[in-house]
Amino acid sequence: MAAILELRNVSKSFGQGAKRVEVLKNINLTIEEGEFIAIVGFTGSGKSTLINLISGLIHPDEGEILLKGKRITEPGPDRGVVFQNYSLLPWLTVYGNIELAVKQVFPNLNAKERDGHVAKYIEMVNLTSAIHKHPSKLSGGMRQRVSVARALAMDPEILLLDEPLSALDALTRGSMQIEIERIWRESKKTVLMITNDVDEAILLADRVIPLTPGPGATLGTAFDIDFSRPRDKADINADPNFKMERNDINRYLMEIGKHRSKNNTKVYTLPGLSPIVPGNKRAIV
Amino acid sequence: MEKILASFDWLGLGFIGSLVKLLSGEEPKKNGIILFKKVIIPILSVFIFLGACNLFASYLFNIERDRKIEKTRESEGEQAAVEMQKCIDSGDLSCKPSSLPKPADVWHALQTLIADHKQISADKEAFIEQTAKTNELRRANGQSEITYTGRPSFIDQILTSLKTVFAGFLLAAFIAIPTGIVLGLSETLRNSINWIIQILKPVSPVVWLLIVSMVIKTLLAHADMDKSFLITFISVGLCCMWATLVNTTVGVSSVDKDFLNVAKVLRLGVFSKVFKIILPASIPHIFTGLRISLSVAWMVLIAIELLAQSPGLGSFVWEEFQNGASDSNAKIIVAMFVIGGIGFVLDRMMMMVQKAVTYKS
Repeated sequence: MAAILELRNVSKSFGQGAKRVEVLKNINLTIEEGEFIAIVGFTGSGKSTLINLISGLIHPDEGEILLKGKRITEPGPDRGVVFQNYSLLPWLTVYGNIELAVKQVFPNLNAKERDGHVAKYIEMVNLTSAIHKHPSKLSGGMRQRVSVARALAMDPEILLLDEPLSALDALTRGSMQIEIERIWRESKKTVLMITNDVDEAILLADRVIPLTPGPGATLGTAFDIDFSRPRDKADINADPNFKMERNDINRYLMEIGKHRSKNNTKVYTLPGLSPIVPGNKRAIV
Repeated sequence: MEKILASFDWLGLGFIGSLVKLLSGEEPKKNGIILFKKVIIPILSVFIFLGACNLFASYLFNIERDRKIEKTRESEGEQAAVEMQKCIDSGDLSCKPSSLPKPADVWHALQTLIADHKQISADKEAFIEQTAKTNELRRANGQSEITYTGRPSFIDQILTSLKTVFAGFLLAAFIAIPTGIVLGLSETLRNSINWIIQILKPVSPVVWLLIVSMVIKTLLAHADMDKSFLITFISVGLCCMWATLVNTTVGVSSVDKDFLNVAKVLRLGVFSKVFKIILPASIPHIFTGLRISLSVAWMVLIAIELLAQSPGLGSFVWEEFQNGASDSNAKIIVAMFVIGGIGFVLDRMMMMVQKAVTYKS
């Protein structure tokens, strides 16, 4: 299986002069076709920056990003992005939002074919009942599904999910995770998902790659996940290997997290205070 | 049934729904309270307002009356003063003191104006009938027709004002919206033109009227047409376009970055990007600007008509003021309420349109 996405020594910094912050440093990543990769990381470590680099919305300072061997220079529908805050156009219905993408990517379809294409992806995310509603009338989970359907309808080479479930409550998250796995299996796309939930990453991915905390974040060692597909949350939770896997990854993350706070060498002088007990006028020393 | 009530709600007459529900016995306490708050209390406040106006007008009337009697006493002696007093108290129009009219006077003036309008309309009809034959002949011979050149009635002047305000508003929208879109899209243009906009924005309608008069009179010096309508509606347009221009610029330049990212990922062309994403996203801003522009246009129109002496409510007010007839003040108050009422209706109409096009994000 060919490598569909490659990142070679990618680095990205923001700001000028003294305020220059190196967000990502020496990112190296290879993704095979059809894989489901999850990147877990701390808040503020540069996860969204990584997605924006791969999608082409920003450019790396160093290194290169190759999609099927060709360098990425600008955003495009070959990398379907599912944004963290959905980015649905509120004046269009669910159908309208997806139709916009289909019209743009497949301009040669006639009206009937286009209609079929749109309906197929709305069906895939289980939203046929809400097809003519506006995003303001949908719940968070439904909006996220529309966003996924739009990304899929572009028929991308790779699907980029930027913390897709962070804004949802825990219960919706659980059901959406199963949805995402099912959609991945049905559409057979390559998926790169950013998440801050280790359990979610283990449940869904073939490989879990931690992102070290910033500044200068880089990708740590990958963890291969061997559980059989389709993944069932209840079965996996009972599996002792799951706990081991989870503990391994969490321990790894905590190690590098400690390493981050070790770099904090600022010394704080605390004031010399001591408590006074009421009644006794003397301080307890 | 629900749909009919919902449409009343949408028109801003939500209390009718409560009234209907109350009469049919549905939730009497809740609907009764809603009706009380939305209908009974405002009606009461109208009566209180009229009562207060009456008191104030009476107070001013008495001051004016006493002053007139004193003046007569000083200039013509005690006997003339007593006669003046009798005259005023009898309500004779010839010696009535001129002051703020009472609500009753305003009501009478309104009825006079309506009767006047009916009279003038009847005269017009008669005139058209009389000259129908002559006009046919004139038309056949290629000559211009004889038109009615009598004095316009109050209602005619209201219609003229409305025509002018819509002409001016459309002109403003026609200039401001495309300009606003172009400025919103290009930061360079925005920075270079901003100073002109900021300097011209606060300019008074009077000054615009004078400038437009100068320009139109020069350009159309040879033309035989009535220039006053042209001058008036162009002045109104120039005065009120700034709100729409500024709001459109702001709306277009501050489209949510997420939407622009979607446009980038989909690789939308410039044309598609503007018409499919930027314009729909900025329509709420544009309509806010249009709403402000319409209310400014109406306010400015009266002042411009007054100064330019073009037919309309503004010139009606000025003529009544110059006239100084006994019920002129009352007629001016009638005009004031008509102007306010029309302004209210216009704003309500724009509000409904604005609600219809605003999406909830």
